[in-house]
Amino acid sequence: MPPQNNVPIATLQDAYEHARLANVHPAAWQNPKPADWYQLVIVGAGPAGIAAAETAAALGARVALIERHLIGGTCLNTGCVPSKTLIRTSRLYADMRNATHYGAQIPDDIRVDFAAVMERVRRIRSHLSRGDSARRLTALGVDVFFGNACFTGTDVLTVNDKTLHFKKAVIATGARPHIPSIPGLREAGCLTNADVFKLTELPRRLLVIGGGPLGCELAQAFCRFGAQVTIVQDMPLFLGKEERDAAQILSDAFERDGIEVRLNTDVVAIRVENGQKLVDLVSDDYRNTIAVDAILTGVGRTPNVEGLNLEAAGVDYAAGDGIRVDDFLCTSNPHIYAAGDVCLTYQYTDTATVSARIVVQNALFHGRERLSALVIPWCTFTDPEIAHVGLYVREANRQHIPVKTFTIPMHDIDRAVTDSEDGGFVKIHVRERTDQILGATIVARHAGDMINEITLAMVAGIGLRTLARVIHAYPTQAEAIRQAADAYNRTRLTPRIQSRLRRWLIRNTP
Amino acid sequence: MPTDEALLDSLQRAAFDYFLRTVNPLNGLVADTSRDNSPVSIAVVGFALSSYPVAVERGWMARSDAVQCSLAALRFFRNSDQSGSPTATGFKGFYYHFLDIHTGARVWRSELSMIDTALLIAGALTASMYFTAETADEIELRGLVDFLYRRIDWHWAQDDGETIRQGWKPECGFLHYGWEGYSEAILLYVLAMGSPTHPIKGGCYQAWTATYQWENLYGHDYLYAGPLFVHHFSHAWIDFRGIHDSFMHEKRSDYFENSRRAAYVQREYAQRNPHEFAGYDENCWGLSACDGPSDEQADVSNETRRLFGYAARGVPYGPDDGTLSAPSVLSSLPFAPEIVLDAVRNMMERYPQTLTEGRFCSSFNPTLADADGRPWTSAGHYGLDQGIVLMMIENHRTGWIWQLMRSCPCIRSGLHHAGFRGGWLQPPCIHGAR
Repeated sequence: MPPQNNVPIATLQDAYEHARLANVHPAAWQNPKPADWYQLVIVGAGPAGIAAAETAAALGARVALIERHLIGGTCLNTGCVPSKTLIRTSRLYADMRNATHYGAQIPDDIRVDFAAVMERVRRIRSHLSRGDSARRLTALGVDVFFGNACFTGTDVLTVNDKTLHFKKAVIATGARPHIPSIPGLREAGCLTNADVFKLTELPRRLLVIGGGPLGCELAQAFCRFGAQVTIVQDMPLFLGKEERDAAQILSDAFERDGIEVRLNTDVVAIRVENGQKLVDLVSDDYRNTIAVDAILTGVGRTPNVEGLNLEAAGVDYAAGDGIRVDDFLCTSNPHIYAAGDVCLTYQYTDTATVSARIVVQNALFHGRERLSALVIPWCTFTDPEIAHVGLYVREANRQHIPVKTFTIPMHDIDRAVTDSEDGGFVKIHVRERTDQILGATIVARHAGDMINEITLAMVAGIGLRTLARVIHAYPTQAEAIRQAADAYNRTRLTPRIQSRLRRWLIRNTP
Repeated sequence: MPTDEALLDSLQRAAFDYFLRTVNPLNGLVADTSRDNSPVSIAVVGFALSSYPVAVERGWMARSDAVQCSLAALRFFRNSDQSGSPTATGFKGFYYHFLDIHTGARVWRSELSMIDTALLIAGALTASMYFTAETADEIELRGLVDFLYRRIDWHWAQDDGETIRQGWKPECGFLHYGWEGYSEAILLYVLAMGSPTHPIKGGCYQAWTATYQWENLYGHDYLYAGPLFVHHFSHAWIDFRGIHDSFMHEKRSDYFENSRRAAYVQREYAQRNPHEFAGYDENCWGLSACDGPSDEQADVSNETRRLFGYAARGVPYGPDDGTLSAPSVLSSLPFAPEIVLDAVRNMMERYPQTLTEGRFCSSFNPTLADADGRPWTSAGHYGLDQGIVLMMIENHRTGWIWQLMRSCPCIRSGLHHAGFRGGWLQPPCIHGAR
C-alpha cells in the first residue's frame, strides 16, 4: 500500500468527481462471472493495462482487466492530465504578469482564484475519464474486475473471492510516489502527486523537495499562482540526467519567476511549530531554516509489487526496482509479462502504452519485439519545456561514438522572436561525419511538440540531409530543426568542394 | 593613433603595474582587486609570479627585484599553515581561494580551491623555468617551487571519484560541485597528471573530456564553453598549437584553434544581440566571468532588468545582462588578432571610461548608461583580468611564455599522460639518428 502521511486530504465531492468516479470506478459495479480461462489477464488498469486490454480485445483475445483503485492510473487521475491542466492556467497567469513584454497592458487586478483553477482541473479530468471508463472497456469485450489481485499459482490468480485462470498474464500495476526518509517529514505531512490535485486552497509558502520533472513542473506552477515557493535539489542542477545547458536555462527561468532555488542542498530535518513546518536545509557549510505551510515531494517513484503474491506466480522482483523483465518484457515466469512503470526505467505514459502493445504481440502472437528497440522521447513541461530523445552527448562519448551537435538557439528562429519565446535551443546530435541522428535535446516553450519530429526521423532512419529537404511551414518554431539540418548541409561544403563548384560555374556559366 | 605595437605595449605595461601596486612586498601576496580591503586571490598570485619574468625581459623590473618578489611569495606558501583548519592557509598542498593580505589566513570562509591552486602553481613553475641562474636566491627559488608542486596531493582531490573535485571546506568536506563540460580546468588536469608525487589516477582526464560537447553554433564547429575566459586561462601557459589529445585528434582540431573559433562565436552572438542590449556589435563583444551591476535598477527604457553582479556570463545562453568584459576580448589576441584589435580599439574609443590608469576595468554595461551616455563601469581593476591580459599580449607579441613553458617537465609529462601528442611535444629529432 502507498505510505500514508498524517494529513490526508479528502477528495472534493462535486459533480465532476462523481462523473469521473462513475467512469473509472463505478460505485455499483458488479464484477462479471469469470470465464473458465482467459487468454490474457491484465493486472492494473493504468495506461499500460488499458492499452494491453484494448489491443488484445481488438485482436480477438478473451481478456480480463483487474483494477484495485481507479482505471486510468496515475496519468489520468494524479499525473499528466491534472498537472498539465494546472500548468496551462499557471502559464496564463505568467503571461498576464508579463503582458507589457508583448506591448499589452497588465490587467489592473490579477487575482488568482485557486479554487476555480482546481475546479477546471477536476472538470477536464472528468471529461477525459470517459475514454477510460469501465463501461467503454466492457463494450470492447473486456471483462473488467475491481478488487485486489493475488496470484495463487503460475497460471491463476484471485480477485477478491473470484478465481481467474489464464494462459498469459501481464502485470501493469504502476508505481507510487516515493517518500524520502527525512526526519520529521511523515509527522509534518507532505503532499505528493497522489494528493496535491485535491487541494482547494493555495498554500502560502510551499517547499518542493526534489528537482525532477514533477517537482520542477509543480514548483513553477504553484509559484505562478502566487505561492512563495522554495525548491530544494541535492544536485548541482535540476533534472539530473538532462544536459547542463538545459538545466541551467531552467534554473534561470525559475529565478526569473521568483522561485527560491536551492541547489546542492539537503533537507535534513522537519518539525512543526505553531502550525508551520520548519525545515532545516544544509548546502555544504551553509545551514538555515525556512518556514513553510506545505511540503511537496517529488523524488522518484516506487513500483507497486506488494500484495500480488508474486512469489506464488514465480515472478522475480525487487522492492525498489520493480518486476524484472527481459528485453521482450517477459518475467521469470514465461507465462507472465510486465508493462509500464512497474518494470520500466522510463516511467512515462507513452512508454507504458507502447510496452503494453509489445507485451500483447510477444505474449499472444509469439512476437519477438524488443523493448530496447524503442526510441523514447520525454518532456518536462516547465516553461520553457525541456524535451529529449535518444542519446545524450556524454552517453555517446562514453560509448566512444564520435558525436557532433548542431545547435540552433531559439533566438535565431523568427517565430520564437515574434512570440517573445526565444529562450532555449534545439540541439541535434549526429554521428560525426554522418547525418545519422543519435539524439536531440530541445528547450523551447513548445519543445514537447517539437521533439516528435526528431523521434520520427530516428524511428524512420531519416538523417539531417533529408530533414533539410522538408519544407517547414514558416513561421513556426519547429523551423529550428530545419535550420539545424541546413547547418549540417553547410558543413558538407568544404573549401575543396566550394572551389570545385566555383571552377565548374566559371566553365559552365555563359 | 598609436600603432598596434605601441597600443599593446602600453596595455601590457599598465597591466603589469597592477601587480606592483597591489603586492604586499613582505609576503609576496597580491590583492584580488584594487579596491580597498581586497583579500588575496591565490590565482592572482600565480599571474603575478608569471608576470615578473615578462617584466624582467621587457626591462620593466630588475631581475633581482623580480626574484625577491617571487621568493617572498614562495617562502610564504612553503611556511604557511597547511593544517586545513578554518583559519589556515591550505591543506594537502592546496590553498584556500582567498587569503588575508597581511597574515595569509583564509578569509570569507572560502573554499580550498583546486583550480586556483593550479593557477598559482603554474605561476610558480613559470618563475622556476625563468630564474635558472646558479645564484643562491634562484637556486632557493627553484627548490621552493619544486617543494610546493610536489606537496600537492592531487589524488586526494579526486575524492575516490572519476574527476577532480572543485573545492573542499573544513566545515563540510568536498563541495558538491563537479566539473562538467570543457573549462579552464585543462591546466589543472595537466598539472595533476604531471605530478611525480601524487598524480591523479586512472582515466580521470578521459572521464572529464567525456563531458565535452562538440557543437556547430553560428556556423562554427567548436568545443563549447560559454564564458570567454574558459578559452584563455590554460592557454596562458600552455602552447596548444599543433598538439592534440584524443578528443581533438578525432575532431581534427586543437585547443588553440578552438579558442579562435570561440572568439568568432562571441562576436557573432554580439552581432545578433538577441536581448537587444546597447553597444553590442561586431566590434563590441566579450561575455565572460566578470564584475557587473547587481542591483535592480531602471535602464534607459525604464524597464527593470535582471542584473547578475559578478558572474560567469556566457554565449549563447547567458547569463547576459548587457555587461561586457574588454579584458576577455583582449585576451583572445593570440587566437584571433584580426578581430580582437579592431574590437579593442573600438571599445576604447567608444567607451573611454572603461580604461583607467591605462588598464581595462573588469566590465562595462552600455545599456545602463547615465544621463550623459556613459556606460556603467566596474570600479577599480581585477587581478585576474590584468594577469591574463599581460600574458596573452606577451604570447601574441613574442610567444615567449609558451616557449619558456614548453620545456617545463611537469607540463610536458602531464600533457603526455593526458594523451597529447604531436607538434612541439614530439621528441626532438637528433641529427643522424634513425
